[in-house]
Amino acid sequence: MSEIMFFAFRNAKLRMGLIIVLFFLLLGIFGPMISKYQDPLDYVGQGYQPPSKEHWLGTTTFGQDVFTQLVYGIRSSFFVGLVGGGIATIIGLVIGFLAGYEGGWLDELLMMLTNILLVIPTLALLIIVAAYLPYRGVFIQSIIIGLTAWPWTARAVRSQTLSLRTREFVNLARISGRSHMKIILYEVLPNMMSYVFMVFILQFGGAILAAVGLDFIGLGPSRGISIGLMLQNAVLWNAIQLGMWWWAIPPGLVITLVVGALYFMNVGLDEVFNPRLREM
Amino acid sequence: MKKYLGTKILVYILTFVFAVTLDWLIPRFMPGNPILVLVSRFSGLPESARVMYSYLTKAFGLDQPLWSQYVNFWIALFKGDLGISIYLYPRPVLEVLKMAIPYSLGLMIPSILLSWIVGNNLGAIAARRKRLDSIMLPIMYFITGAPYLWLGMLLAYFLGVVWDIFPIAGAYSFSLRPHLSWLFVGDFLKHWILPFLSLFIVQIGGWAIGMRNMVIYELENNYVRYLETLGVKRKLIRKYAFRNAILPQVTGLALQLGTVIAGQVTTEVVFSYPGIGYILTQGILNQDYFLIQGCFLFIIIGVLIANFTVDLVYMALDPRIRFSYGGEV
Repeated sequence: MSEIMFFAFRNAKLRMGLIIVLFFLLLGIFGPMISKYQDPLDYVGQGYQPPSKEHWLGTTTFGQDVFTQLVYGIRSSFFVGLVGGGIATIIGLVIGFLAGYEGGWLDELLMMLTNILLVIPTLALLIIVAAYLPYRGVFIQSIIIGLTAWPWTARAVRSQTLSLRTREFVNLARISGRSHMKIILYEVLPNMMSYVFMVFILQFGGAILAAVGLDFIGLGPSRGISIGLMLQNAVLWNAIQLGMWWWAIPPGLVITLVVGALYFMNVGLDEVFNPRLREM
Repeated sequence: MKKYLGTKILVYILTFVFAVTLDWLIPRFMPGNPILVLVSRFSGLPESARVMYSYLTKAFGLDQPLWSQYVNFWIALFKGDLGISIYLYPRPVLEVLKMAIPYSLGLMIPSILLSWIVGNNLGAIAARRKRLDSIMLPIMYFITGAPYLWLGMLLAYFLGVVWDIFPIAGAYSFSLRPHLSWLFVGDFLKHWILPFLSLFIVQIGGWAIGMRNMVIYELENNYVRYLETLGVKRKLIRKYAFRNAILPQVTGLALQLGTVIAGQVTTEVVFSYPGIGYILTQGILNQDYFLIQGCFLFIIIGVLIANFTVDLVYMALDPRIRFSYGGEV
């Protein structure tokens, strides 16, 4: 463990990614406290104001404070990433383990389901579910994203499980009469922990992006604020045409930085866990 | 080969049935009554509300038992009857979608193919140049992390507003009508370039990263070492490595499709580009359920066709499948 930590802190990619993600995480947690305004939807000043001392990122057409909206948006983005990405990872793990370890008809059935869901574009699926929900909160949205994003994880976990299943220590555990669930939990899972962690990071980023897309086309939370909603409003009220860059550009920039940093962290982690990839 | 195609086609048929069932199921089993929601939108006009309610009940076929609703849904589907758009009343959904599809495909197909070619080449080049690699890799990761819609907004802001080079809304100028002339084609291309670029640039990132990793991995393989000891030219070795590395990228083409479609939908909205994605969003904002259902079906059919094409290409490229020497399919 300490060896892994050593390589983790030596890895520049991981360090850089982590710093960016942590920065925005902290901004999401503490930002609402340092911003001057409490309610992101409140009308606090004149509209169309470029960034100033009073409004750090300017105001929207209606005089809402963009910075306040942004920090609340970051908060909800991290929430969606955590819950949506978490659910997707867990479902993917369970299905991948079951299919890979149990094999037989269960494998066939689960993989058929996985392949079907893999072909259907996630956003299309999300749209059709979200469009009929009269009330949507950030939490519901995260759950829907989690329920639709797992197929590639399931497939990847399954193939990893397949290769672990025939290893000696797993055979030994099986001979000693442990139940399948215990073997999966205590023999297979620990050997894939690094991989699982990386899958979670990818799902985290994916969930954030999916939420931005959904919010943007009008299927976001029916109240409150999110990055996707900010972008939607900016486009709806012609922020680009009016040259209000402070409204249109920063929300997407934050998402790009966070998701890019997550991917970058993932490469770094890959190098930490896999000695062959380490830069010497 | 037959087995390979057979399994694939079976999965696709099942996917289609699954998707259509979902399309049918969701409005019927969701909490709340979509018809009431629809009618309430017209509540200002009690007369039309009543007509609307009876029309919609009949259109959804809600007065019949469930199984016959389901069968009817399929029959209507094969007749090409997707209902009538409420938002664009009284135009049939199918007609609306037919108008939109050339715009969507015209953006999507070139962006996918070109980004695939450019991205793969960039990745292969970066894989063998250390310095270029260390500059390009971080940029590529942040490019793939960018939401399509945001890159679109960025381009629209800088190229469309600040420098005012390209128009940023619609597929052609309001003063023109679609017809075949140089004037129209030029105008169309001018409107096309920004949405195209935003799709194209984001996709390049993923392909370049994937290709870079694959080539590095391939160049460490034993056959490469063997060729090196034989004293084969670097160029030939790279060619072999490239060929092996391209296969997973072809599979990736199918896997990537879902996110590209998501990006396409949002990009069309940013540029008010009248494709399926734009129509879909209008349908959502106006709660036009028939239109949403229709868009979903069109997207699924498109994805299935694209997936099948990728399978055929893969089969043509990979001799192991052509001669069916096992291997994971």
